[in-house]
Amino acid sequence: MLELINVCFTRNNKKILDNINLKIDTNSFIAITGPNGSGKSTLAKIIMGIELPDSGKILFNNIDITNLSIAERAKLGISFAFQQPVKFKGITIYDILKLASSNQKLTKLEAYQILKEVGICGEEYLNRELNNSLSGGELKRIEIATVLLRNSKLNIFDEPEAGIDLWSFNNLINIFKNIHNNLASTTLIITHQERILNIADKIILIKNGKVDYFGENINIVDSICSNCPTKGGCNHECC
Amino acid sequence: MNVVDQELIAKVSPFNTSDSNAYNVRKDGKLLIRNITEDVSIISKEDGSGIDIYIKDNTKNALVFIPVIITKSGINDKVYNDFHIGKNAKATIMAGCAIRNNKNLDASHNGIHRFYLDEGAKVKYVEKHYADGHGQGHKTLDPITELYLGRNSSLEIDTVQISGVDSSNRITTGKLEDGATLSISEKIMTEKKQFAMTDFNIDLDGIDSSCHVVSRSVAKDDSKQVFKSNINGNNKCYGHVECDAIIQDNGHVHAIPEINAENINANLVHEATIGKIAGEQLIKLMSLGLSLEEAEAQIINGFLK
Repeated sequence: MLELINVCFTRNNKKILDNINLKIDTNSFIAITGPNGSGKSTLAKIIMGIELPDSGKILFNNIDITNLSIAERAKLGISFAFQQPVKFKGITIYDILKLASSNQKLTKLEAYQILKEVGICGEEYLNRELNNSLSGGELKRIEIATVLLRNSKLNIFDEPEAGIDLWSFNNLINIFKNIHNNLASTTLIITHQERILNIADKIILIKNGKVDYFGENINIVDSICSNCPTKGGCNHECC
Repeated sequence: MNVVDQELIAKVSPFNTSDSNAYNVRKDGKLLIRNITEDVSIISKEDGSGIDIYIKDNTKNALVFIPVIITKSGINDKVYNDFHIGKNAKATIMAGCAIRNNKNLDASHNGIHRFYLDEGAKVKYVEKHYADGHGQGHKTLDPITELYLGRNSSLEIDTVQISGVDSSNRITTGKLEDGATLSISEKIMTEKKQFAMTDFNIDLDGIDSSCHVVSRSVAKDDSKQVFKSNINGNNKCYGHVECDAIIQDNGHVHAIPEINAENINANLVHEATIGKIAGEQLIKLMSLGLSLEEAEAQIINGFLK
């Protein structure tokens, strides 16, 4: 359903993505991992159209989307959850959920249900502004809710675990397990977390802008930490 | 009232003459219609310069509408509206001025509103400004608001001016006694070559008096805005001013937030942010399928909501 052919992206004389070739199947749950600065987030942004590749081609359900805008890709069925959820002044949680749902006729009850699905309870949330008054965990869950509401064919999550506390993280794992079990869609999730890696069908390991490994979910952690002096004993945060 | 009158009134003041609320509609410098209630009386000033509105002590949830409409080119209307709010009375007052200037002479409205809140009174004051018309004449609004808040009274002011007005200069001054609370929310959008100026000067004289001013504005095209606010903490008090502006095209915003502590126990905060729409906000909304133009409109509508 998604194919990247010879995708390259260079900035400030640094090859961030170096001839990436990937073929992603429909209805798979794939974790993208690798050291910090390896090019994972850039890869995700290139698929969504937030960045455009210097060369190469991106096919989505056999349509060449390489030069399509973000909105055009969204309309074709690609969704993106940001690593740092975006905040707005004046736009409420209900507003953003209505914008995310395709028909814009999302009822308050439906909005409440989707928030419940991502672990936010309380109808009063709907009228709260999407701003700093919400915690990192709450913003993250709302970000995920906007993606779930779109019922897209391809959902991309950029480090959903970043900046959230342990309690929220446990709930986050359950959300992704549900996505894995229930959604008829493809999920690409950028993560450093072993517990998220463990629920993936396949793993893509990116190192120095190249695909180092793409295949079944074997014990990839040792491979990630092969350059680490602690050989995996560092809880992988250094990698 | 003709159809145009009704249309203009609806732009600034959502009331119906069949309701039992108090109202006073001024058209082209003269009284058009008026209604008073048991708790709210409206009396014309003897010299014809405006009205006095009296709300009785302990009144519960009075609703008062005082729209002004200008339908003629060349009208320069000046009116004094004095609000006398009784002890522990609660009221919502909806004011506003709508100008339709279809000809080439200038039209202006200068409303001078003075609020006298007695002890414990609670008032919400909503003011909307609107102007349209296809003539070349300028549409000018220069409202002056003076606030006198008695002990433990509270006043919430909500003002909105969304495009249409060529020039506005809004001056607000206030004096707060012990325990009084003032909250001001201002929303302004200017476009083309419009100019809007806001000037707040608030004295927090009383112990535990507090003031919270939030201004959100959008300056488009070649329009200009100036935001000035000065909060004087003359006692143990709390004051907060926040000016947040989005600029587009060649829009200019000049923010001058000033806080002045005259007492060791005064706690005063000011914040001012000016900038274009954040790129990440546009990207987020475009990732939900909105075009760039739709995303910009959503962000601005939300910001000024």
